[in-house]
Amino acid sequence: MQALYAQLLVGLINGSFYALLSLGLAVIFGMLNIINFAHGALYMMGAFCAYFLLTYGGIGYWWALIIAPIAVGIFGIILERTMLQWLSGLDHVYGLLLTFGIALIVQGIFQNYFGSSGLPYSIPDELRGGVNLGFMFLPIYRGWVVIFSLVVCLATWYLIERTRLGANLRAATENPTLVRAFGINVPRMITLTYGLGVGLAALAGVLSAPINQVRPLMGADLIIVVFAVVVIGGMGSIMGSIITGFTLGVVEGLTKYFYPEASNTVVFVLMVLVLLVKPTGLTGRTA
Amino acid sequence: MPDVATADAPNKSNTGGTILSVRNLEAWYGESHILHGINFDVNAGEVVTLLGRNGAGKTTTLKSIMGIIGKRSGSVRFNDQEIIRATSDRIARMGIAFCPEERGIFASLDVRENLLLPPVVRAGGLSLEQIFDLFPNLKERLSSQGTKLSGGEQQMLAIARILRTGASFLMLDEPTEGLAPVIIQQIGHTIARLKNEGFTILLVEQNFRFASTVADRYYVVEHGKIIDGFANSELQANMDKLHTYLGV
Repeated sequence: MQALYAQLLVGLINGSFYALLSLGLAVIFGMLNIINFAHGALYMMGAFCAYFLLTYGGIGYWWALIIAPIAVGIFGIILERTMLQWLSGLDHVYGLLLTFGIALIVQGIFQNYFGSSGLPYSIPDELRGGVNLGFMFLPIYRGWVVIFSLVVCLATWYLIERTRLGANLRAATENPTLVRAFGINVPRMITLTYGLGVGLAALAGVLSAPINQVRPLMGADLIIVVFAVVVIGGMGSIMGSIITGFTLGVVEGLTKYFYPEASNTVVFVLMVLVLLVKPTGLTGRTA
Repeated sequence: MPDVATADAPNKSNTGGTILSVRNLEAWYGESHILHGINFDVNAGEVVTLLGRNGAGKTTTLKSIMGIIGKRSGSVRFNDQEIIRATSDRIARMGIAFCPEERGIFASLDVRENLLLPPVVRAGGLSLEQIFDLFPNLKERLSSQGTKLSGGEQQMLAIARILRTGASFLMLDEPTEGLAPVIIQQIGHTIARLKNEGFTILLVEQNFRFASTVADRYYVVEHGKIIDGFANSELQANMDKLHTYLGV
């Protein structure tokens, strides 16, 4: 039974990363109509940013949680301003190819300097140790990752679905030309939205660093599953991405316990089934 | 081609100076040349109507003034400022508000969010209470999804939301299209009331019977040009000509 709970916890942790990353992807797709294949590389950059801050600046985890998303978010903003904005109105495949190319270049550069093996990043002192829950032992850091991710996801959902700024974003997703004709600077809003999505990826990278180590290909390993999460949840759906992210993490964890051979494919099997029954995803809207 | 905007100057029934001046306005959709040199003026406090058949270029004229059409040339001066090269968000912040033909109600927003979407660009806009006074239906439907409203209510919402912004120059594109006569009458009363409150309105209409109840002056658009213009007082004298223009 202990093993089942342990796998459930691992599933929740993975689900946290899936949710944070798919949320960023959903925000970017919803607003920019771009399938951001660079998301995994930007997640990796978040983890590396935390590593650099600690190794070269002596700046620890808590500051990295703030600085890394901002720094990588600014990098994302530069990408959007210099490259992605020119793809506006073109077929999705152009955005996909460009961001895939960016991912390969970024990962290649980091691999060139840091190799493929993982760099250590220690858990902050405040989050070391664990709690015995009676039925299982809960490492505090892992519990923190799940709760913090959930809070960030819900805050992002609230921002987009319940605030004036979010209403502007949703309206601009539907009809950017008219929203701009109302006096709202839509290009600036698009740039900041991309920065927000990228910042969320970098935040997930910082959270992941103490658990998974810091590796140039850490994002490439994750991104395909995250895309499956976004497709199942419904492209562009914020709540769909959050719920699906956590749920699929748990499903994957349970599969590891009951039938480990299928644990790497269960997400994709579910994706096929969902697409067969509901092509727009579980919570996606029809065009 | 006479400069209609200048030629009909003595007939203007305006109450103020020129607020919008359009000269040699040309516009393209891709390779298609739609406007071929539009010239007209709108004076402060007036309701001016662009009449014309389908595809004549009326909507394109409004969109070109608003900066929505990518490729355009000529001159559009608003309050003596050239805006032909300005982006649409900047034009909106200068005090021009646009209500599109398709109404542009957002499905992902409820009525309240649709109503509050356009930012206030200057003081003097209507308060929510004043808007609910004009359109009482909207107050009861605030939490409904915008696109769940009836056609008439959507049109009211589309007009209401631009009244909040403080813009004093309104461009309404076919506000009566597809609406029941009783709703058209209500829209007519609203436009008359807005005019009395000092708004300047540029209206695009195919329904000139409706337009005649609110307009001070008319311009007739055909093949991307203004081919005629007259004041409301001259409407009866121009009726035969107008029937020919509009193919009625």
